[in-house]
Parts: sequence; structure tokens; C-alpha cells
Amino acid sequence: MNTSSRRVVAPARVAVLWLALSALHGIAAAPQEGRATTRPPAWSLAHPSSPAKPAGAGGFIQRWLLLEPIRVPGQLTETAVRAAVETDFAVPSTPLPREGDKVKVGEVEVVWHAVDTLNYNVNLYHFAYALNKPTTNVLFWAVTVVNSPREMTDVRLAIGSNAASVWWVNDREVTALYNDRQAVVDDGVSKRLTLHKGANVIRVAIINAGGATDFCARFLDENDRPLTTLTATLTADGRETRR
Amino acid sequence: MTWRMAVAAACLLAGRVLALDGQPGLHDPSTVIAENGKYYVYATGGGLPVSISDDGWTWRRAGGVMQAVPGGKPGADVIARGGNNTWAPDIIRVGEQYFLYYAAPGTQPKAAIGLLVGKTLDPESPDYKWEDRGPVVWSDGVEDSNAIDPGVFRDPGNGTLWLTYGSYFGYIRLVELNPKTGKRLYPDRKPVNVAINSEASIMIFRDGWYYLLVTHGSCCAGANSSYNIRMGRAKKVTGPFLDNMGVDMLQGGGKLFLGSGGRYVGPGHFGLLDLGSGVQKFSCHYEADLDRGGVSVLDIRPLLWRDGWPVAGENVKAGTYEIESARTGTALELAVQGTPVGGFRGRGGRGAPGPGGRGAPGNAGAPPAPPPAPIPAQEASQVSATWPSSAAAVRMSSYMLQAQQKWTFTPVPDAGGYPGSPFFKITIAGTDRTLAATEDRELVVLPAFTGAPEQLWRIDQLVDGTYRLMPKAVPNSTEPMALSAVGSSMPTLARLNAESDRQRWSLRTP
Repeated sequence: MNTSSRRVVAPARVAVLWLALSALHGIAAAPQEGRATTRPPAWSLAHPSSPAKPAGAGGFIQRWLLLEPIRVPGQLTETAVRAAVETDFAVPSTPLPREGDKVKVGEVEVVWHAVDTLNYNVNLYHFAYALNKPTTNVLFWAVTVVNSPREMTDVRLAIGSNAASVWWVNDREVTALYNDRQAVVDDGVSKRLTLHKGANVIRVAIINAGGATDFCARFLDENDRPLTTLTATLTADGRETRR
Repeated sequence: MTWRMAVAAACLLAGRVLALDGQPGLHDPSTVIAENGKYYVYATGGGLPVSISDDGWTWRRAGGVMQAVPGGKPGADVIARGGNNTWAPDIIRVGEQYFLYYAAPGTQPKAAIGLLVGKTLDPESPDYKWEDRGPVVWSDGVEDSNAIDPGVFRDPGNGTLWLTYGSYFGYIRLVELNPKTGKRLYPDRKPVNVAINSEASIMIFRDGWYYLLVTHGSCCAGANSSYNIRMGRAKKVTGPFLDNMGVDMLQGGGKLFLGSGGRYVGPGHFGLLDLGSGVQKFSCHYEADLDRGGVSVLDIRPLLWRDGWPVAGENVKAGTYEIESARTGTALELAVQGTPVGGFRGRGGRGAPGPGGRGAPGNAGAPPAPPPAPIPAQEASQVSATWPSSAAAVRMSSYMLQAQQKWTFTPVPDAGGYPGSPFFKITIAGTDRTLAATEDRELVVLPAFTGAPEQLWRIDQLVDGTYRLMPKAVPNSTEPMALSAVGSSMPTLARLNAESDRQRWSLRTP
């Protein structure tokens, strides 16, 4: 793959990329090229309908921008995951995407979608399946902005992922999980870090080899209790979700 | 001897940790007691020998108690009721006072138990002195009692104070003490008989049960001593104390707590050392330590609890272990990409061994293939070529028998220790890559061991049988911290929390 071929396409409000489902508030497949059917929406995901999504009692971050899956070899060893993350579309080094932004990956164009998960986890299988996108041997990128009411020291990002994943907080890699695995709450935990007052950008790359794929994330305080006072937005100012 | 035998023999020797360091030789030890970070124990002998340790591992002799008693020997009343020997003391702190009880036998079973009272245990303190409060109990040489081997017990439920005593001539007896004076609270009451055919009695309490621990068998014959520690339990401090089979200790019952084993013969004289935060230890003496020429020595070992009974734990031995989190079941590992044991390969054919496996076409009547060769254990030298040569991260992962998941514990000489054990270094097996604490309260594996305090580890077995690992020091921190599983894959250092599985680890032999 040629990284130079991956670029952010000019912002577009392309109707085919997003169906705001008034009935189920889910993610549904747009008519795909060469495909005649539309799949039902992802029942576990909804389009954000509020300026900010508070962390629930469990502290889970439930609002994300998800990039449609990118095909990768699907190897889950540390070496393979590093290769996929570091040579593919490098989200950690890009500006914060907006809903509807398109990215060219090789000959394929993929799009950022905004979602609220109705569960503690984000079900990427639901997300991709509803869009008629592949779920096997794929790389997902996800981004969110976590807003902290004050500076918080000695907190940790705690995540679970199916399967391998690499995580950044404010552009610094903080934890990674490798090999085939299920998304277990607090499977991977970062070292102690500081959340700034205000916006903190969380980015993650998840690689799935086959079967179900999902992730969950929350922050823990110095006593390993979930932080429940955080909110998640899709932009640093929390005002816009689309360009 | 083949090289394999030589290596095995070396491993056996390396795996042996002596029962304490320094000068642990003594007989009939008291309960080990701590004051201002130092540990003290008293024993049988002229003047009641004192042993002191700065860390609970290395011990030194420090004279005798009677040096600080007016007259330098038991008081006249004690000698008159018993004799002028000084044996088998026990000690307890009550308020601002220490009560030290000791046996003063004459011609047994004529004996007395005397009381000394002091404010400090430190012989260097200007306040160090022992006041003779005279005899507490005695036996006249005719009755079914031999008033030696005092064991003092404070009931944590109501603060009452009790003394058990006795040895073979008749009964182990119980009297209540006055917590203010240390003498009998009701001197006119008849002592309660609680056991028979034993000595070195002492009581402990846990979860609504009173446990009476005594020593059976014979002492004082070196490796020919049959001493062993037994126990019963009761719902009332006065008994009846029944063993695990319901046999009353007044009829000779007693569940075995500790007998001879390893290189030690004849354990006796149990004492509880409760260190708090989920760690209990017990002291005893062995009649014969074969590694020290068969002399009698003190030992301190973990005290565990199982099914409502105390269990004698073992101090950690040098060796190679998997370190498995009780919280998550994942194992501590050097954060490198693992290689499957035996290399990458499939699972082979299903079913019975044979060409092509079960159901393979065209194999009817073919002779079975020989069984596959065993796969040897993975050694670091086989897979470490790609490991970083500098400091590396630590994480946790499912245990897969891989080299980066096997840790060797090695006691570090002359680096001090903690009650019962020396400090250990913890290295990736087959390497000198050393687990260490960092100044940001995290963990790292350094390329080599240098002896720095953040590379020394205290490994305490907790009462449930799991272990807690604590660095001797964390740079820029004075707070005690323990290895803690903050998630399935992330080890860290955190403040002591005895209640959580986060800081409990199982040590498994690979």
C-alpha cells in the first residue's frame, strides 16, 4: 500500500454516506456500488443527537467518530499490528476529522461516521455490517474528544478490544493490545497520565482478523475507579459534528 | 554425574533458603514481637537470652533479660514456688507495658511462671529495665500440672487477657489475667484444663474461633526429637478444644499444624506474628536444622488459613516461576513478541496418531506412525535475539509457557530482608534482565541487576496462599507499594490494599 495515496478528500456532505434513521436511530448501509440491497441499521449504534455525551455510571466513552474499515492482512502479532498502524492512514498525525470526511485509501474511499453506542462498547461488526463493509481482515480507526472538567493527574485509559488495538491520548501512544482477543473491560490499561482541563483527543486503531469486533474505553482514577464526570464530543469545541 | 544432574543438583542447592540469617540459634522462642521497626524474641537459657533483628531476617544475640532485672535473676518468690532456671518465655504488649512471662522450673513438675514488666524492649533505651512482679502460677510437684511454657493471649473481641501453661505432667491449663497488672485476675479460681499430653501452648483467635496450639512429641534430642505442633479450636476461650476429627485436646486430640520437613526436624513453640495488611506469620523453633549442623534454630514462616484452620506456609524459595495475577489470571511478562513453544506449527492430525490422522484416505492397514517427539521447554537463549537490549516494558498476558513469562527468584546476600526471608532479585529466567520499580511508580525490566533497592523484592505469602510482591524501595517515594494488576494486561505499583485481588499473585512452577 502506498501511504501517499491516502489523503483526506475535501469535506463533502455526500448523502449516500449517512442515513439518519429516524425510526431506529441506527447506522444503515448506503447503496453500495454493485450492490442492490440495503442492510438494516446497526441496532447498537445511533447518530449523536446532543452536543455532548456524558460518560455513564461505568465511565465508558460512548461517542466516537468511526472510519469505515480499511482492508489489511489481518495479522495480529505485535510486528504486524505495528506495520499496519504505522504505514496505513496515520490518523494520529492528522487533524481531527469531522463526520462525513472522506479518506482515500488506495483505490477505495472510506468515510468518517459519527456514532453514539447504546452499550458500554462500540460494536464495529454492527457498524461495518450495516454499511455493507468488510468485517474480516480490516483496520478501523476511531476518534473522540474527551472533555475533562479540570486537570486530572494519575488517571489511566482502560480499554478492551477485539482484536488488537493501539491507543493514543493527545497524540501520545499510551497502550496497545496484540493478538486475537475478546474485548474485555480494562484489558489494556495505560500508565498514569494527565487529562487536560477541557478537550483531550483519543484515537485508536483496531485490527480484526475475523468474527466479531468491538472495543470499549474509559478512564480510571488513581484508585482504579471509573471517571464518570467526563463527556465525549466529536470536536474540540463540541459545537459541530459535520463540516 | 552428567551435566544435567549437575545442573539439577545446583538448582536444588540454589533453591534452599536457610531458616533466617545471622544468629538464629535458640530454643523455646517466645512470640516474636516488634517495636519501632525492630523485632525481638526471647528464649530458654541462663538469663533469658534476647535476640534482635532490624528486619526480621538477620538476627543477633543481645544478652539476656535478667541483666535488666534487679538482682539479675528471678525473684525469691518465683524461685521458692519453682526453681532458678529460666525457660521458654512469652511476651505481649498491653497498653504501654510489656508483660514477659517465663518458666522457672525446679525439679519438675515443681515449677513456677514469673512475670517481668517493662516499658521498652530496646536495651539501648534509657527506659530499658524489667520489673519482677513475682510468680503468676505454679505447680507444687504433686498436682497434674507442670507450670512451665507460658503462652499469653489477648482476646481481640473483649480485651481479656489469658495465660495457658503446662507440660506433659498432666494438663495444659488456662487462667485469666489482669490486663493492668499482668497477674491473675481471679487468683482464687481453679485453673481451667484445656489440653493434655503436650506443652508450649498458646492461643490465637480468628473469625469467632479460639485456636489452641500446642507441641506434641519429645524435644531436646537434636534430629531425634519428635516435636510437632498440633491444634484444636473452640467457640469459647475456655474450650472445649476439638481437633478436625472432633477429638478433645483434653483426650489427646490435636490436628497437625507442622511436623518435620525439608531440612528441619522437630518444630515446636508456635508464636503468631501478625504483620497486618493480610500478612500473618508464625515463629517456631526447629529442634535440628540440618543445614546448621543440627542445632536448634528460630524460623519465621507464612501463616495461611484454609477451611477454618491455620496452615503452615513456606517461605519463597529460589527458583523459576510464572507470576500469575489473582485478579485476571494473566501472567507477568517482558513486553516482547512471544514465540510459540516449539515454533510455529499446526496442531497436527486429529485423532489417533498415524499418517494423515483420523479418516485420511488410503491409510487402511498402514502401521501407526511413531508418537511425535516431545517439545522441549522454551529457553530465553532461543528467542531473545530480537528482545531489546535496553530497558524494556512489562505487561501481563495469557501464560503460554514462553521464555519472557518465566521469572527467576534469587535471594540476594547481604541485602537484608523481612520477617522470615531475604530480599530477592527477580530476573527473566536464563538472563540477568531484572524487574525494577521506576520513579513514576511503574515497572521496567532493566538489562542487568545492579543491587539497587528498587531491584530488590519482598515476597510475602498472604493468608489465602497467594503472594504480594513489593520493591524494597520506589525511587522518590517513601510509601510502601506493591505489584498491582490494574487491568488484564497492565502491571503497576500501587499503595498497599490488602482487600483487593489486584495485589495478589500466584507463583507457579513452569
